Amino acid sequence: MTDLVQNGGETANSDPAAAPDPAAPDLAIAMRGVTKIFGPDPEAALALMRAGRSKAEVQAETGHVVGLDNVSLDIERGQIYVVMGLSGSGKSTLIRHVNRLIDPTAGEIVVNGDHVLEMSLAQLREFRRTRIAMVFQKFGLLPHRSVIDNVAYGLEVRGVGKAERLEKAAHWIEMVGLAGYEKSRPRQLSGGQQQRVGLARALAMDTDILLMDEAFSALDPLIRSGMQDQLLELQSSLNKTILFITHDFDEALKIGNRIAVLKDGAVQQVGKPEEIVLNPANAHIEEFVREVNKARAIHVRTIMEKGDFEPLDMTVPLDARCEDVLPYFAEHDWVGVADDEGRQIGRVRARQVIKALARYVPQE
Amino acid sequence: MFPELINTRPLRRAVDDGLNWVVRNWGGELEAAAYPLLMLLNWIERLLIATPWWLFIAFFVGLAYVATRNWRLPLTVFLGLVFLGLMQLWRDAMVTTALMIAATLTAIVFSIPVGVWMSRSARVRSIVTPILDLMQTLPSFVYLIPTVMIFGPGKIPALLATIVYASPPLVRLTDLGLRNVDPAVMEASRAFGTSSSQRLFGVQIPLALPTILAGVNQTTMMALAMVVIASMIGAGGLGYQVLQGIGRLEVSRGLFAGLGIVVLAIVFDRITQAYGRRIQERIGVGETR
Repeated sequence: MTDLVQNGGETANSDPAAAPDPAAPDLAIAMRGVTKIFGPDPEAALALMRAGRSKAEVQAETGHVVGLDNVSLDIERGQIYVVMGLSGSGKSTLIRHVNRLIDPTAGEIVVNGDHVLEMSLAQLREFRRTRIAMVFQKFGLLPHRSVIDNVAYGLEVRGVGKAERLEKAAHWIEMVGLAGYEKSRPRQLSGGQQQRVGLARALAMDTDILLMDEAFSALDPLIRSGMQDQLLELQSSLNKTILFITHDFDEALKIGNRIAVLKDGAVQQVGKPEEIVLNPANAHIEEFVREVNKARAIHVRTIMEKGDFEPLDMTVPLDARCEDVLPYFAEHDWVGVADDEGRQIGRVRARQVIKALARYVPQE
Repeated sequence: MFPELINTRPLRRAVDDGLNWVVRNWGGELEAAAYPLLMLLNWIERLLIATPWWLFIAFFVGLAYVATRNWRLPLTVFLGLVFLGLMQLWRDAMVTTALMIAATLTAIVFSIPVGVWMSRSARVRSIVTPILDLMQTLPSFVYLIPTVMIFGPGKIPALLATIVYASPPLVRLTDLGLRNVDPAVMEASRAFGTSSSQRLFGVQIPLALPTILAGVNQTTMMALAMVVIASMIGAGGLGYQVLQGIGRLEVSRGLFAGLGIVVLAIVFDRITQAYGRRIQERIGVGETR
């Protein structure tokens, strides 16, 4: 089931009839036709866009910059939804629309069934205090407060009593592996530790929805990889809806249940990681795919032969990736794929793996 | 010569008559309005004069030690203050210090809110900035004369003139400090649902505090720079000694009183700066890990 959304054609990425109801209960976040134009008179520029001008024309004529162009997303509960794009693609603008740090020029945003754009200032504050938490690329920690007071900050703003918020903060500091640093100041910590504080601060809010804006981009590769693992581990028990922004395709593939690729403010393709790797919608996405470690990105289950076969000596679990089965082909022709109960549900052959990995060699 | 295109005499007469009218009809009210300031100044002055000299010295030496955890600044403060005492300038120094403190306190009360307001609105900034420029560049005698006409010579015009001259840096630095707070921190605070006053008192002011303290430091220095002029209209203190020294051609009197002003400037400048650095270090802007 691929839902490729290609932009550029007339049937752009918002066909209201086809899209599910934005207030549907299984959707945590829904965006419909969200457009953001930066400049003194965005409405005029929007009218030009609606009249069919391209973004480049609007920018040349009016000096307005189109940050987001008719973006529609459906983010289901419990997903890690990754929005991937290069710098300037509008991904950071996009995530700031979810908690309305930025107001869109046009469109509709529904979070947990509530229309964010219709909220009054007081409702919006309440929404930010209780329903949604955010982690920032530049950490955004309060330098004059200790680690524990930083982690308790969101609860303090919410009005939680001191004893309770410090207890919760201490719990989350331990969960992210910073026990013992409670009284430190943020500046005394390394970048990775500071972002753990940022993560603990967001998790302490105990919201269903977590926004992560390039949360790991400022970290060293090894630290970043460790933080990704930690996030996945936390998510396996917390089951939050996480909207994760990144410019790193490998990161998107590693942590995303679903990926949306953004370019020039418009959604290029939405799909599961392997759908994007196996069927990049356009040349732009193919460029990313070419660079990526496909053996890690593609799950064996997406390329296996399903069905009942004679039991094989060697089986791998359902969530195994191509790189996990490669070593077995030295000894075996076939490798079985088993579901969670250990029943064999299919098999895969070296040739199929090779085919999947080699499919998108650039063709001249 | 520039040709005389308009007759300026009516304009000038209108200004003079206007001032006279204000003095006649509003003098009492204005004096009553400024009375709390006078009370503040007199109270501080009495307090400082009543304080034994050794207690005063011990207090400021202690303050210097707490600010720096180092013997050098306390020693400087000690020597400077002992110099004031030895030169028989103690009482005058207390009068001058009282004027400086009263002017600084008043300036803080008015300047910080104005600075906050400026930092939040480009329009307010565009209106207030030229007024601050005017306050700093207009020769103080120009507004001293009308204030003396309204309040009569004495401490009130001296205090007002000092406040006018000393507040602008505090307004400017408050505005600058608040606007320079890391936008990433402000945005994070906003994302957690803070109200704008929660952001102001919980994030902006604490993070801008080193800059605001630099403004307070500037205000104390500018207030001390005004003491000679203030003494011309009846403020007394070290400035009056300088003035007398000039009048009587007693170079020594002017010199020692002038050095006394320098001593006060050093004491207050170094102590406020040390506190600014301390706060800055605590926030972690200036220190490496």
